[in-house]
Amino acid sequence: MSESIYGLIARFDTPEAVVEATRRARQAGYRKMEAYSPFPIEELTEILDFKPKIQYLVFIGGVLGALTGFALQYYASVISYPLIIGGRPFNSWPAFIVVEFELTILFAGLAAVFGMLGLNGFPHPYHPVFNAKDFKLVSRDKFFLVIESSDPRFDAERTRSFLESLNPEEVTDVQP
Amino acid sequence: MAASTDPAEVPVLGPGQTYATVTDRVSGVVLTKDTPKGWLIGFGIAFLIVMLMLFSLTVLFAKGVGVWGLNNTVAWGFAIVNFVWWVGIGHAGTLISAILLLFRQEWRNSINRFAEAMTIFAVANAGLFPIIHTGRPWLAYWLLPYPSMFQLWPQFRSPLLWDVFAISTYVTISLLFWYVGLIPDFATLRDMGENKVVRRIYGLFALGWRGAARHWAQYSRASLLLAALATPLVVSVHSVVSFDFAVGSVPGWHTTFLPPYFVSGAIYSGFAMVVTLAIPIRKFYHMEDFITDRHLENMAKIMLATGLIVFYAYIMEVFFAWYSGNHYEKFMIYNRMTGPYAPYYWALIFFNGIMIQLLWFKKVRRNIPLLFVIAIGVNIGMWLERFIIVVTSLHREFLPSTWAYYAGTFWDWSLYIGTIGFFVALIFLFLRVLPMINMFEMKELVHHLSHKGEEH
Repeated sequence: MSESIYGLIARFDTPEAVVEATRRARQAGYRKMEAYSPFPIEELTEILDFKPKIQYLVFIGGVLGALTGFALQYYASVISYPLIIGGRPFNSWPAFIVVEFELTILFAGLAAVFGMLGLNGFPHPYHPVFNAKDFKLVSRDKFFLVIESSDPRFDAERTRSFLESLNPEEVTDVQP
Repeated sequence: MAASTDPAEVPVLGPGQTYATVTDRVSGVVLTKDTPKGWLIGFGIAFLIVMLMLFSLTVLFAKGVGVWGLNNTVAWGFAIVNFVWWVGIGHAGTLISAILLLFRQEWRNSINRFAEAMTIFAVANAGLFPIIHTGRPWLAYWLLPYPSMFQLWPQFRSPLLWDVFAISTYVTISLLFWYVGLIPDFATLRDMGENKVVRRIYGLFALGWRGAARHWAQYSRASLLLAALATPLVVSVHSVVSFDFAVGSVPGWHTTFLPPYFVSGAIYSGFAMVVTLAIPIRKFYHMEDFITDRHLENMAKIMLATGLIVFYAYIMEVFFAWYSGNHYEKFMIYNRMTGPYAPYYWALIFFNGIMIQLLWFKKVRRNIPLLFVIAIGVNIGMWLERFIIVVTSLHREFLPSTWAYYAGTFWDWSLYIGTIGFFVALIFLFLRVLPMINMFEMKELVHHLSHKGEEH
């Protein structure tokens, strides 16, 4: 076990290579790992067995938005300042639908954006993986697989030779 | 049209593009130290027009809305015409980024970024007009519901208030959607930048994005949900704008078909504006590999489809006026066709009804200069449409004793032209500091095309 490094990183040239490498690392029993790519690759999510949860937040946001929209208009038109308009009841809910709808979308949208940022832990200005050699190519055209040293199966020597066997361009240390 | 639907005919991406070339090509425009001369000249001209806008706003604030051509009869003049025109233009951006995403139309990938930018800048201009139209813009916050010392609330049963909510939600969601799409590209600029300050600034906006698979999963799902939310939103926005008219009892406004008519008109004018911008931009920045003739042709087809809906609405307007048997409705149409604004009406029919038929022909859709001219014509036509709707209905309403003539003054025109300059200036700034094409989605496209075995 090596305590001094964050993990080992392997660089790949194609999305197919990193998908295959991640699959084999998963089969080899590694769990504390992450793949990095310049664009979303659905297979990686499946292999890492990761299930996004953002949709629950969006649903809650939408429900809250609808309730807020109705409560706001009900309070204003029925409780705080009842005013007869065109002989309609104070709680003329059909006229409230538009504002309710807009607030549903607004709250759900805010939940989608800030929920996504929150669940991903952003803003996250420092991360050890940024120390890795050539990692800045991840946003250009290279693909990476990191196995973290905190994984129970991690062993500096054996993990390195395992990663070397996956046909990477290069395997290097990630400083913490 | 059936003969031209072969998808392999013109690729959506030029030949020989790889992940690296896409990244370098798009980010190079932003990261280069030499600002192109053409950019400086173009931005300079636009900036002068922004000064004109600020000047006419100053005059407006100093003297009041009396400097405009408004009178007691026509109280909704240029301000409302321009408001509807600008909001409509914004709709194409959302349509491209949200609806075409849901339909998995991959050709949208290269045009969605600047179409979204266009949306935000157009809606910013749109938002300006109702606020200054109130006459006392410093009290515009009265439109918002908040517990005030007057113990008053806005009138929630009024379409004008619905507009406040629709437009502000639309601006917020569009801005957030745009920003979310930019995060991975900010990371690219951070990583590609050679200057430390540049890296810092883009790094700040990238929030520490590092392309992790789990982040992408969360991110993609959030984008899809945002698209699903933006789709009904964009339809609601112009529907609510049309309620501003349809709920009133004025002849020509009081019809149930106004919402679909307005929404398709919005998409129509928006695509015309995207084409108007895309043609010079791709030429100037040599982006023909990314914004191919196929993109322009597809957009022309959407223009044709929505334009036909709009033209159908013009015909139905006439039919309803006759079929209603309502004296005032009949007079409204008669007055449009033969009254003082008849030249505007027939110009509108020419641009949106006759000229648009040219797009049936593939030769026209593939003729870039002609397509550009048609797009400009549609922009003008759609402005005329809103002018006709607002002014011809109001200027000769029910009582002949209230009839009046309306025309924009110098300050009406200078403000309108000023907002166009503002829009263009913002587009120029956007092209210089932000990647005009969504890089990560283009790389996704390269990936998908390589799997399909298409040449790319």
